[in-house]
Amino acid sequence: MTSGLWELVLKGVWTTVQLLVFSALLAAAVSFVIGLARTHHRWIVRFVAGVYTEIFRGTSALVMIFWVFFVLPVAFGWQLVPMWAGTLALGLTYGAYGSEIVRGALNSVDPAQKEGGIALSFTPAQRMRLIVLPQAVPEMIPSFSNLLIELLKGTALVSVMGMGDLTFSANLVRLALQQSAEIYTYVLLIYFVIAFVLTRLMRGLEKRLKAGIGREAGTEPAARELKRARTTGVGGGVA
Amino acid sequence: MSVETRTQPSATAAQPADLIRLERVTKRFGANTVLDQLDFAVQPGKHVTLIGPSGSGKTTILRLLMTLTKPDEGIITVDGEPLFPAPEKQVREVRKKIGMVFQHFNLFPNMSVLRNLTEAPVQVLGLSKDEAEERARELLELVGLTDKCGARPAQLSGGQQQRVAIARALAMRPRVLLLDEVTSALDPELVAGVLDLLRDIARSTDITMLCVTHEMGFARDISDQVLMFDGGRVIESGSPEKIFSDPEQDRTREFLGAVL
Amino acid sequence: MKWDWHAVSDFMPHFWDGLLVTLQALALGSLLSFTLGLVWTLLMRTPTRWVRWPVGVVTEFVRNTPLLVQLFFLFYVLPEWGLTFSALSTGVFAIGLHYSTYTMQVYRAGIEAVPVGQWEAATALNLPRRRTWTAVILPQAIRRVVPALGNYVISMLKDTPMLMVITVLEMLGQARLFSQQRFQFTEPLTVIGVAFILISYLASLLLRALERRLVR
Repeated sequence: MTSGLWELVLKGVWTTVQLLVFSALLAAAVSFVIGLARTHHRWIVRFVAGVYTEIFRGTSALVMIFWVFFVLPVAFGWQLVPMWAGTLALGLTYGAYGSEIVRGALNSVDPAQKEGGIALSFTPAQRMRLIVLPQAVPEMIPSFSNLLIELLKGTALVSVMGMGDLTFSANLVRLALQQSAEIYTYVLLIYFVIAFVLTRLMRGLEKRLKAGIGREAGTEPAARELKRARTTGVGGGVA
Repeated sequence: MSVETRTQPSATAAQPADLIRLERVTKRFGANTVLDQLDFAVQPGKHVTLIGPSGSGKTTILRLLMTLTKPDEGIITVDGEPLFPAPEKQVREVRKKIGMVFQHFNLFPNMSVLRNLTEAPVQVLGLSKDEAEERARELLELVGLTDKCGARPAQLSGGQQQRVAIARALAMRPRVLLLDEVTSALDPELVAGVLDLLRDIARSTDITMLCVTHEMGFARDISDQVLMFDGGRVIESGSPEKIFSDPEQDRTREFLGAVL
Repeated sequence: MKWDWHAVSDFMPHFWDGLLVTLQALALGSLLSFTLGLVWTLLMRTPTRWVRWPVGVVTEFVRNTPLLVQLFFLFYVLPEWGLTFSALSTGVFAIGLHYSTYTMQVYRAGIEAVPVGQWEAATALNLPRRRTWTAVILPQAIRRVVPALGNYVISMLKDTPMLMVITVLEMLGQARLFSQQRFQFTEPLTVIGVAFILISYLASLLLRALERRLVR
């Protein structure tokens, strides 16, 4: 491989990383907004949030990307630059999975903690901010870590739209070299390294947060694996 | 008598002398009636112990007063102000007069011991951080845990956690303290320390106490009044001497025979 | 916003063709992933590190890299090595392989979720090893495993559109073809979008019913 081609690949890495960061931020925002809404005391709020989750989790990420790239401009006149279109499609889709993580973690906080808060006359908002969220967030990290890897893999889908990410650059190199094994092996390795780094970072974060509530960051318990498909990017189902 | 139980529903308005008043309160869980048309009142400063077999509705009374659950029928007033039925805003005001200590402590694991004690006074009562910390340190001294200020609840023994929980409830300066089986979850050797602390508080303050416990010796020591519950009703009430030495009801005698 | 019902009715025959291919890929991919996953799980339980370690690394690698790139790899590289398969077979193999790295974790978790006491009881009764597995462990593990596997089938469904990139005409492939011929994107893409939502919603309802029957 020539250095020109490597440059192409590096540009692809940069695009992939940018897209990953943007869509992860959007997905996190969606996760918390929808996840909190799903534990709201008004049924209508819960219902609307539930419909959002079902729709965006029910559809395929690639179909969603096609829809945002081709239907949004025609139907609503919103012509987005590819980076934002990709961010929107991925963020909304993976945010729906993330909302399940948030909801699950909020529900897993011991109800006795809520009662402790009532006994001290905290308002519902204070209970959420001071008691429930600080305990729930560390519990979310392992699932969010899995979801982040799924999102990283999902960013490859934008290459189908001609966006110059890592996968797209691999296809260009294949066309230039007329041979595939080498470049695809490299690209798979690059994805693997990024995933590895992300997993490490998330584990560090989990350790720090769990130390904050006096708990140890454990190895993933078996029970969680059986639920994983539901709360990470892969998997459907209504919880 | 500090506590009146009436078999006949009372139509008279709450006497100002009563700090806590329940009138014709009924609570059901599904088909199971836990409290059945209960009338019940406590005067300020008194210490009342509720005894009876499990499932007899004792804990439910504490939970109703703490607004952790709502009755199906009836009226609850605290210090002359309605707690049920009442709008949410009113509930929040009245609730500030009541504190509760739970069987399983319910300390907040994400906060240090000190912050467990200061958070609510700052956020709810609007105390300054310094005032709240001063108050917290006094209370930690009272419960003998000054050195555990910066520790996390998870680093404490059960008995220490419960003493922190008692201090946390007192930090809100409640008029009423609800004690829900506060020693049931403790290892036997840690029970005495917590009970001694509560005896101290009962002697040295004018806080009204409502206590659900299986510690009959403790109940005898601190109570002005003991109520025997069975099947959602008060079947007998009286001074601790009377109830423990010479109960009138067979059911009470059976129960005491089983636990003593 | 214009919506053309004619385009919808013109697209429908292609939609059914695409749906058939999608379901075919899904069924075969699921079977492959269930089987391969079991193979990985058993290999991971062998006593020698020389088996466990490579299997662990390879499956970790496959799980943490995009299915899309794996599809490209198999589609373009295998022929260079002299192995030619139809596009659909390649797609089924890629999906099955990718998801086998998830199902292996499900199997492992299912086995580990059986309480240690069950193994000890089997030992105390002097049950042979084979019998312990078939009569005690697996029946209890399967109950916990089926719902999780079902969830992965639903995710596989949502990944089948990727087969489009290697020329398989499943639902999205059909929609794209139709769009390019007629310059009408909205209708076919919305139709298959709704189809995915409906199918995965129905599947999850079915799965919940199954879960209720299994987990008692």
